[in-house]
Amino acid sequence: MTDISSDHATAVALLVTNYKQRTAKRFLLLLTAIGALCLMVIVDVMTGPASLSISEVLSVILNPSDATPQQKVIIWDLRLPVALMAICIGAMLGVAGAEMQTILNNPLADPFTLGLSSAAGFGAAMAITLQWSLIPGAGVFFVTGNAFAMAMLTSLALYGFTRLRGVTPEAMILVGIAMLFTFNALLALLQYGASELELAQIIFWQLGSLARASWGKVLTCGIILVVVVPYFMSQSWSLTALRMGEEKAASLGVNVSFLRLSVLAGVSLLAAVAVSFVGAVAFVGLVGPHIARIIVGEDQRGFLPLSALAGALIMSGTSIASKAITPGVIYPIGMITSLIGIPFFISLILSQRQRHWQ
Amino acid sequence: MTLSAHDLSVQFGNHTVMHDTGFADLQPGQLTGLIGPNAAGKSTLFRTIAGLIKPKRGTVMLGGCDLSMLSAKARLERICFMPQFFSANAALSVFDVMLMAQKQLSGWRVSEEDMAAVAEHLQAAGIGHLADAHIGELSGGQAQMVSICQALMRSSDVYLFDEPTSALDLRHQLDVLGRIRTAMRDRQSIGVVALHDLNLAARYADHLILISGGKILAEGTPSDVLSDPLIAQTYGVGIETAKGPRKELNVHAYVDETAA
Repeated sequence: MTDISSDHATAVALLVTNYKQRTAKRFLLLLTAIGALCLMVIVDVMTGPASLSISEVLSVILNPSDATPQQKVIIWDLRLPVALMAICIGAMLGVAGAEMQTILNNPLADPFTLGLSSAAGFGAAMAITLQWSLIPGAGVFFVTGNAFAMAMLTSLALYGFTRLRGVTPEAMILVGIAMLFTFNALLALLQYGASELELAQIIFWQLGSLARASWGKVLTCGIILVVVVPYFMSQSWSLTALRMGEEKAASLGVNVSFLRLSVLAGVSLLAAVAVSFVGAVAFVGLVGPHIARIIVGEDQRGFLPLSALAGALIMSGTSIASKAITPGVIYPIGMITSLIGIPFFISLILSQRQRHWQ
Repeated sequence: MTLSAHDLSVQFGNHTVMHDTGFADLQPGQLTGLIGPNAAGKSTLFRTIAGLIKPKRGTVMLGGCDLSMLSAKARLERICFMPQFFSANAALSVFDVMLMAQKQLSGWRVSEEDMAAVAEHLQAAGIGHLADAHIGELSGGQAQMVSICQALMRSSDVYLFDEPTSALDLRHQLDVLGRIRTAMRDRQSIGVVALHDLNLAARYADHLILISGGKILAEGTPSDVLSDPLIAQTYGVGIETAKGPRKELNVHAYVDETAA
């Protein structure tokens, strides 16, 4: 009898130790990703027409007063906003994608699944071709403002629809797809009537660019992340529970409808701001969360931060690649995210031990 | 503290699935078997008790407290409901899933006690070896055992298990029902188990409730309910009971050729 009970105690202790090890590994992984991100920002700032050494970059960032005016302009005014914007946008898309996949219970969901990016594209095109501004007094930001307003209106419409029809993933996805096609058609209509110059502007806007970065935009993104991400974090267990099925989550005390709608509001805000600042960057919001899922699983306490970090790393890598591929040319980021991301993603899929979505 | 339901009516749209029905006081420390054919309203009754469905009329009382007065969260803390199915494709480890129940969905910090409690429960349920496995990798039976273990992890006044043994082999069916019954006795909680297997119901339940077509038809001790002619009528089969080799009640069902 004593043998059995001591065996039991050993087994229990072993389970606890194993879990602690996994938690420690997960924590270490997050730290590594943060370290890698810092490195990426520095490399991003170093890359560009006037190449700078790592020591120059570090000294200008840490001691701005000792730098030459030229270095200050290049680093503080031109490159640092772009580098920081890249990681903010990446993190926003990563988080938005992770939670969109969670609340819609769909692996193909991304921040733009529900027609948000085509709505934003239509908003921007409306500003470019018709000079209409949806936000009065938006001034020089009226293209951005329109894109944002259209994306938010779309998610409001979606919210209205769920009030009528119930908050189920199927209803949300189907209405989202309907929105997507509607806005694509409207966008095509605008393009059809646009002049060549306007057409070029619309296309350029859609391809996505970090060149529009500014400290103001970086700050806006930062504030939104600081507001939305802690809310998502506070709902960690509920979101994790939702992955076990609606009824299971409900039986654990999760208010599933409210959770879906509040998370949808957060995701819409993240996605609308991201798309209106840098254009429709596909792929990051889809793949960032998948990378996180393959590495740490779907416990939101690891999944959420790692999705943000994976998104940020992809965007930062994109920012570097867009400048480095052909010196003197900055490629649109939308193309690069897909081209460099996909081979990496496929290799991850092939190496993972199992399928989580069936 | 006892659990009872009075005059419950449940409607889905225009379709009434529960007709002014109820059951008398279920005693703490006892395990009640809820039996009835497919689509009898077993899951609906459970979900109504748990508060996941709002009844059109009627009350569910727990020890003198009308449960509809409680918030959804408070209600689900007192009533632990294990649904029949859960989607098992998430990339979550069994340990994570158990912690979720232990933490009651709040607080990021996982203490030593939380981890020890989870490990203790997993080991006691004989599924310690699955702790690191993702729930998507489990077989149907293993997933069901995890789900039961997760429900027993929580401490509630009432436990509702919707067909906890449907995917289990013979040995695990007996194990699981034995563990549920012991847990109810030790915790002095009220346990209700929906079962299809009348032999298991006869052996493990202290009390039986027969439900069919959204109405509770009979309640009482297993020997009373199982020898009631109503049960044969409800299932549409001929039923004979006999004492087994160890004095347990055995139920034998025959499809009545002449009746058809």
